[in-house]
Amino acid sequence: MAATAEDWSADIFEVFRAHELSLVAHVPDAGHSALLERCRRSSELDVVGLTTEEEGVGLLCGAWAGGRKGALLMQSSGVGNCVNALALPAICRIPFLTVVTMRGEWGEFIPWQVPMGLGTPPVLEAMSVRVFRADVPGEVEETVDAAASLAFSTRQSAAVLLSQRLIGAKQFEES
Amino acid sequence: MSDVLSRRDLVATLLADRPADLLVVSSLGSPTWDVAAAGDDPRDFGFIGAMGQAGPFALGLALAQPERRVMLFAGDGELLMSLGVLATIGSQSPANLAVLALDNESYGETGGQPTATAAATDLEAVARACGVETTSTVSASAEIAGLRSRLLEAEGPVFAVAKIAPDQPPLAFPHSFDGVTAINRFRGAVLEPE
Repeated sequence: MAATAEDWSADIFEVFRAHELSLVAHVPDAGHSALLERCRRSSELDVVGLTTEEEGVGLLCGAWAGGRKGALLMQSSGVGNCVNALALPAICRIPFLTVVTMRGEWGEFIPWQVPMGLGTPPVLEAMSVRVFRADVPGEVEETVDAAASLAFSTRQSAAVLLSQRLIGAKQFEES
Repeated sequence: MSDVLSRRDLVATLLADRPADLLVVSSLGSPTWDVAAAGDDPRDFGFIGAMGQAGPFALGLALAQPERRVMLFAGDGELLMSLGVLATIGSQSPANLAVLALDNESYGETGGQPTATAAATDLEAVARACGVETTSTVSASAEIAGLRSRLLEAEGPVFAVAKIAPDQPPLAFPHSFDGVTAINRFRGAVLEPE
């Protein structure tokens, strides 16, 4: 059972490898930093920094059209930026996978994070994205695997929400 | 002025006798109609929605297909909606990506309302400031041959602005309005070229 961010980010990385992802696009979030660092060190994954999250939707759709699979890493605030862009994978049935670190829910202390934390699941669902959630470290690997399988096998959009309970208040204390 | 560039003629000239490895992406609205008018081709993917996504899509395609040339035809309104992608293109610096802004300084599909390029924004300067080194702006037919060779052959990323007449040529529709049909056909042409 994975217990630390380092452990569950290693689990996500292994799922990415198992599904032959070769591209990770992101607007960084502290909760994704261990996974991003792991991806950057890998020769199997290219990491593309974005100026805004919706770029990642089009970028990954274009990459899929060219034969590469990838995932978008972002925090819940970024989901709001993606809304109209999500029409692209929806209408073309392009496989789309995103892993979202949640803010504004478990023990949040910054009020500005709350609205999009509340809005993230319904916004995704409204745009035809299947929503998965992992609340504890032991659920992360199987949840990301399930979402990736659904996305790439059935050509749907899928999101894994990594709950704030999982990424934890501890991380903010450390930084 | 008799020499104001016609978007239809320009796009048709740029795509005439195109190289086999050329993949074309076009943005919502007029650029997609322009590419369709130049002739149906399975190596073309035209946006009919998701405004702002054509640039990111073209970049992702270029990163996935580094041996193929990817050309994006995008309107000025499209590029203004997602200017940040020029920074991402500058950072990634894909050698196989060429972007042509079809700049009529207006939102042609919605009644010709002026865009920011009509007032102050210079898209070429934005691209340069984002680290794209091979840039140009053309406005006369004598410049088209040079533009074509830069777009098709120069080391990318290439960014060019074509100042075009704000006319609305007759609609010309792509192969299918159905997204699944369109992307399947395009992806097939990309991954299994003839």
